[in-house]
Amino acid sequence: MLPSIEVKENVSEQRQKIHPHKFTMWIAIGSITMMFAGLTSAYIVKRQQPGWISFEIPRMFWLSTTAMLASSLAVQMALKAFKDRHIKSYKNLILLTAVLGMVFIILQILGFQQIWKTGLTFSGAGAAQFLYAIAGLHVLHVFGGVITMLVMFLKSLRKTSRSYNSVPIEVASTYWHFVDALWVYLFIFFLVIH
Amino acid sequence: MSSDTILHGHSDVVTSHDVHLDEHGAHHHKETFITKYIFSQDHKMISKQFLITGMIWAIIGGLMSVIFRLQLGYPDTTFPILEDIFGKWAPGGKISPDFYYALVTMHGTIMVFFVLTGGLSGTFANFLVPLQIGARDMAAPFLNMLSYWAFFTASIIMISSLFLTAGPASGGWTVYPPLSALGDATDGSKAGMDFWIVAMVFFVVSSLLGGLNYITTILNMRTKGMSMVRMPLTIWALLFTAILGVLSFPVLLSGLILLLFDRHAGTSFYLSDIFIASTQKALPNEGGSAILFQHLFWFLGHPEVYIIILPTMGLVSEVMAVNSRKPIFGYRAMVGSLFAICILSLLVWAHHMFVTGMNPFLGSVFTLLTLLIAVPSAIKVFNWLTTLWKGNLRFTPGMLFSIGFVSMFISGGLTGIFLGNSTLDIHLHDTYFNIAHFHLVMGVAAFFGMFAGVYHWFPKMYGRYMNNTMGYIHFWVTMIGAYLIFWPMHYEGLAGMPRRYMDYSNWVSFRQFEDLNRFISTVAIVVFAVQLMFVFNFFYSIFKGRRVTTQNPWGATTLEWTTPIRPGHGNWVSEIPEVHRWAYDYGKDGREFISQAEPVGSNESSGH
Repeated sequence: MLPSIEVKENVSEQRQKIHPHKFTMWIAIGSITMMFAGLTSAYIVKRQQPGWISFEIPRMFWLSTTAMLASSLAVQMALKAFKDRHIKSYKNLILLTAVLGMVFIILQILGFQQIWKTGLTFSGAGAAQFLYAIAGLHVLHVFGGVITMLVMFLKSLRKTSRSYNSVPIEVASTYWHFVDALWVYLFIFFLVIH
Repeated sequence: MSSDTILHGHSDVVTSHDVHLDEHGAHHHKETFITKYIFSQDHKMISKQFLITGMIWAIIGGLMSVIFRLQLGYPDTTFPILEDIFGKWAPGGKISPDFYYALVTMHGTIMVFFVLTGGLSGTFANFLVPLQIGARDMAAPFLNMLSYWAFFTASIIMISSLFLTAGPASGGWTVYPPLSALGDATDGSKAGMDFWIVAMVFFVVSSLLGGLNYITTILNMRTKGMSMVRMPLTIWALLFTAILGVLSFPVLLSGLILLLFDRHAGTSFYLSDIFIASTQKALPNEGGSAILFQHLFWFLGHPEVYIIILPTMGLVSEVMAVNSRKPIFGYRAMVGSLFAICILSLLVWAHHMFVTGMNPFLGSVFTLLTLLIAVPSAIKVFNWLTTLWKGNLRFTPGMLFSIGFVSMFISGGLTGIFLGNSTLDIHLHDTYFNIAHFHLVMGVAAFFGMFAGVYHWFPKMYGRYMNNTMGYIHFWVTMIGAYLIFWPMHYEGLAGMPRRYMDYSNWVSFRQFEDLNRFISTVAIVVFAVQLMFVFNFFYSIFKGRRVTTQNPWGATTLEWTTPIRPGHGNWVSEIPEVHRWAYDYGKDGREFISQAEPVGSNESSGH
């Protein structure tokens, strides 16, 4: 009379496969992706409207992309160093990641200024205004990552207690790779569609 | 009621160490007043914080509706007391048009977001997810605490906007540009609108932090033996709700960010060719599209109504099975239809925009997808009715509200089929027909589900019962009142009476509804008063309610009733119980119910 439900699968084996905090980060990444998907689809819709003005991709963005990719490499090496218990190089690499993140942010802002100087300010409704909104929001996400890296660096300086739990750095590096990939997506998006 | 002994008489599962009151969990740690009641990381306390904040919001939001119903029901009468309270907003005891718009805008915002999203999901996901899946707390208790405090911050900002000189946002709860983007156009688009946006940003953050936690906890922290198909339907519903929230709220955020740019940076994402009458100025903005905002808004906005109704569907399924003493009918169909609703709800947003001049072909696609939602909805209704069918019904207040929920959901759902048609919508859009539809199907129905949940789980929350007599009065007055308020609105809407007007007496066509409007307003005031009685019952019962003396007062199968009567942080004193069966073994092998934690006997009939 009632649907019979299979209960044979062994649930206990599936449990705790992935650390809940890592899983949470993946869902958060999905969520942030939705926000940028909303913004870039707004861009595509808006492009069809009259009065659309596009812009030259400033050279700074190529440099900032390089900085971003390098920072991803740094965080990956930091993770490896942490797992190998090379705490000293871990400290240096995590600081390097944060510095490269700051370099990225500064280069982005310089890039915005280059566009701004061509006369494409906030007034209007073209590609440049979308760039300011979308890439600006991305910069905020990178800034959040920089703060996280600095906090982790300061924690690693602590003499009294030392944690060998790699979950926090793994979660942070996942986020860092994500904002990197997000920028690469946005960069290609702005290169191709304008 | 004489069924009290039946309702609370199940002592056969009480084991020796579990009958202590105020039992503290194995994870007990030193708690101060601040860590226990304010910055608590215990999911149960966070749940209560959400519930009580939500109730305060509901009172404010409900009171607003009473004030604007006074205007609608008695457009010619003055109420000097309104001037005493609201000053310049109600000159001569009659509310001003600006105030009217502010009231309807804030009523919508408060009810949709702060009560039925934050208050509802925040309460029941926090409370039930760890308890029903067998976890000591959420995956990330600290984020969970942040989720409440982001909600609290959003609440403070939103409530502050009510006290601004220019008043709160008043361009409708959907804050469509260009009105919402132009502070010069109306007082309601000045600072109030900024407060609204900032409050909503905090709200979205709160909702995301909560949603992340619910999903992770449900997928990763289930106790041994709790496979997905053994989860109670409440958990399934809360899982789909959280997924919808995580996918759609960020899109609202992107829409609001662009709106902020238009308001303050001079961009023209949504603005084009505008002349403002009040300042006699033509704006330089060109090339913007107001429709773009509507797309971004409704991409959240439509899933949002399911974010409101899905959790209550779960609550109702659970309360109904427990109080019918029968397994829920069609468990898998219930899960499947929740899933179908979840997917479809992401694909129908443009049915809110049929009359924006969209391509008729596109309109017909959205009509089709919209009407498809009737299928899983009907499956659910059918399963609820068949769960009730020949059940051993116990009419607790929770059960009555569950049955009321189904009634409201049918009544409101049927008119959705009218409105989902792009052709019929040309006549029905922005009329009282629409108001009646969504109030019944997602307003009253969701409130009923929430009430069912509160009455049913109150004993687990506070170790006491709510007063039944007040519960029954609450139910019957609300049930009858809700129909008396919203049923007549269908007729008004079919006659073309538009929403958002504060006075209809200038129209010959709508003047005929004068008596009807007065009647609706009178009933609305009575129903509001009864809700205050519920609030009284709630707080009175926390301190003075009848004490719960057995561990499993409703005779339910789910895990939350295997915890001590007043569980501490950590929920279970010793080991978390292992789960051996699905959540709906009622009336099996001659036994009234079998707890999920009970191993399957050797001669037990095969089943679930």
